[in-house]
Amino acid sequence: MWVPELVSNEELSSKPSRSKTQGDQMQYVITAKDLTKTYGDVTAVDGISFSVPAGEAFGLLGPNGAGKSTTMKMIGGVSQRTSGSLSIMGLDPESHGPEVRAHLGVVPQQDNLDEELKVRDNLLVYGRYFGLPMSYLRPKADELLEFAQLTDKAKSKVDALSGGMKRRLTIARSLINEPRILLLDEPTTGLDPQARHILWDRLFRLKEQGVTLILTTHYMDEAEQLCDRLIVVDKGRIMAEGSPASLIREYSTREVLELRFGSERNATIGAELEGIGERLETLPDRVLIYAHDGEAALEQVSARGLRPVTSLVRRSSLEDVFLRLTGRSLVD
Amino acid sequence: MSTLAESHNPGGHSVTEAARNRRFGPMYSRNVKAVIARGLMATKSSNWMVMLSGFFEPVLYLISMGVGLGAIVGAVQGPGGQEISYAAYIAPALLAVSAMNGAVYDSTWNVFFKMNFAKLYQGMLYTSLGPLDVAMGEIFLALLRGLLYATGFTAVMGIMGLITTPWAILMIPASVLIAFGFASFGMGITSFMKTFQQMDWINFVMLPMFLFSATFYPLSVYPQYIQWLIQAMPLWHGVELLRQISVGIFSPATAIHVGYYLVMIVLGVMLTAGRLRKLFLK
Ligand SMILES: Nc1ncnc2c1ncn2[C@@H]1O[C@H](COP(=O)(O)OP(=O)(O)O)[C@@H](O)[C@H]1O
Ligand SMILES: [Mg+2]
Repeated sequence: MWVPELVSNEELSSKPSRSKTQGDQMQYVITAKDLTKTYGDVTAVDGISFSVPAGEAFGLLGPNGAGKSTTMKMIGGVSQRTSGSLSIMGLDPESHGPEVRAHLGVVPQQDNLDEELKVRDNLLVYGRYFGLPMSYLRPKADELLEFAQLTDKAKSKVDALSGGMKRRLTIARSLINEPRILLLDEPTTGLDPQARHILWDRLFRLKEQGVTLILTTHYMDEAEQLCDRLIVVDKGRIMAEGSPASLIREYSTREVLELRFGSERNATIGAELEGIGERLETLPDRVLIYAHDGEAALEQVSARGLRPVTSLVRRSSLEDVFLRLTGRSLVD
Repeated sequence: MSTLAESHNPGGHSVTEAARNRRFGPMYSRNVKAVIARGLMATKSSNWMVMLSGFFEPVLYLISMGVGLGAIVGAVQGPGGQEISYAAYIAPALLAVSAMNGAVYDSTWNVFFKMNFAKLYQGMLYTSLGPLDVAMGEIFLALLRGLLYATGFTAVMGIMGLITTPWAILMIPASVLIAFGFASFGMGITSFMKTFQQMDWINFVMLPMFLFSATFYPLSVYPQYIQWLIQAMPLWHGVELLRQISVGIFSPATAIHVGYYLVMIVLGVMLTAGRLRKLFLK
């Protein structure tokens, strides 16, 4: 009598642990471990590890040449890693490229729209590449044109579109297969501020709908606006990881006082500002004083009889985090 | 403003879900037809002058050389030793040349451009297409164009009274065989090319092959060792094959010509497939 009971006991005890394992796998849609890519002597990505849970907006922030695009290409399985491991929805993109990409929407750094096709046809044809039927694609294409505010351009040629429109079309195209993960490589680089804000708005909506966003940028405001969590990357390595707010808390002060004394004075003024705020950073064109209270710091500067040409108190940003971590500016 | 918010349901749509659950290999997703459909859609906006000139070039050669030069040359000896007009002698050779030219153009210059400048393949390969889908689709399109040219040229031959046997209809599939050989090899070779200068080497090989492969006069005018060299080249086999078909006279050599192309196709596809990972996945 107790034998079947034992079996059912085992079942009971094994069930929660099995579903827990499954839960762990489901938790992260992307897991990278010691991801490395070398091109000859150049190490583009130098052993980076990160995990992204479903629904998160995850950012890679770093200057040009940091290895962001290379990382994105490895995630999409169109660049082979030199070493390390990578799992997208539980699959290795190198051995299961087409299968992994069926889950992805990709917005590459450079638009690669099909110039030989019209705007709407770009969406239809791209959908066919995923093996989707026309009965699904026709209404979907119209819906995405609406989303990208390109409905009146449906029959235009691609090269008649502005830069911002092309970018929106590329994003619309990346959504044709209703991806679970959207890879956005510098989605707004080269766009004017208005076009950027339209794009950010679209990306917010996608995030609300539960799409996992993987975003690279070298704009700190973009990272702050869009990312729940990010890694700061420089020279292929992760310098820091966390939410924008926690990174700023950890690596910077609440406020920053920016002072300009003219290019000659800037270099030598450091000694005279010693002791004001928590930290001092001297850049070619200005001096940054990191302080909890910027106005108070400015009063101290005045009290020492120093008269900057201009002064500005602002909140700390990821730019300051990057400066702190690397000693360099993010955008030169 | 947007209707997407209501209907977009990531991963929830049954059609996209089904598409995701298909089985794929790393190289191939059984979706060549999407690449072909794209190619057909793109021809709508493509350069019709280039397309048409590819058809008219051999026709113009046939008229100028066949009719013009033929008036001086008179009748020549055909594959079976019988007398045929000079136009009937060079017409199948020109058909072989046009099959070669069309296939080489599509599989080398076109592929080179799409790969390096239009970034078309990069876009395709960010979808669930595999490199093999892309390659096979592109080769198929090259063959389709070859098929159209061959059909048109054969019709012109008929109108000019150069067709004397029903066998001649087989020139059309034979032209596609020739095009397949050149297209598969051409694409494999293009995968090694990095610059326009390197691409020019292709013309450097093609032009002499066109002029000397027994296109306008028989091989027997050459010394023996030149004959061997030409017989090692693919175009000569195509010229001879079509010439035999055009009069419906076959010999054991026919099988060798066909076999030459079958081997070329197999080697070409293997070369291309072997290069694809390197070509597309750096
Ligand atoms: N295909 C390539 N061949 C050689 N070097 C490359 C290639 N792609 C990128 N690199 C190099 O790898 C480094 C990282 O590049 P990339 O990933 O594009 O950086 P990011 O996107 O952050 O600007 C750079 O030094 C770049 O020159
Ligand atoms: Mg980049």
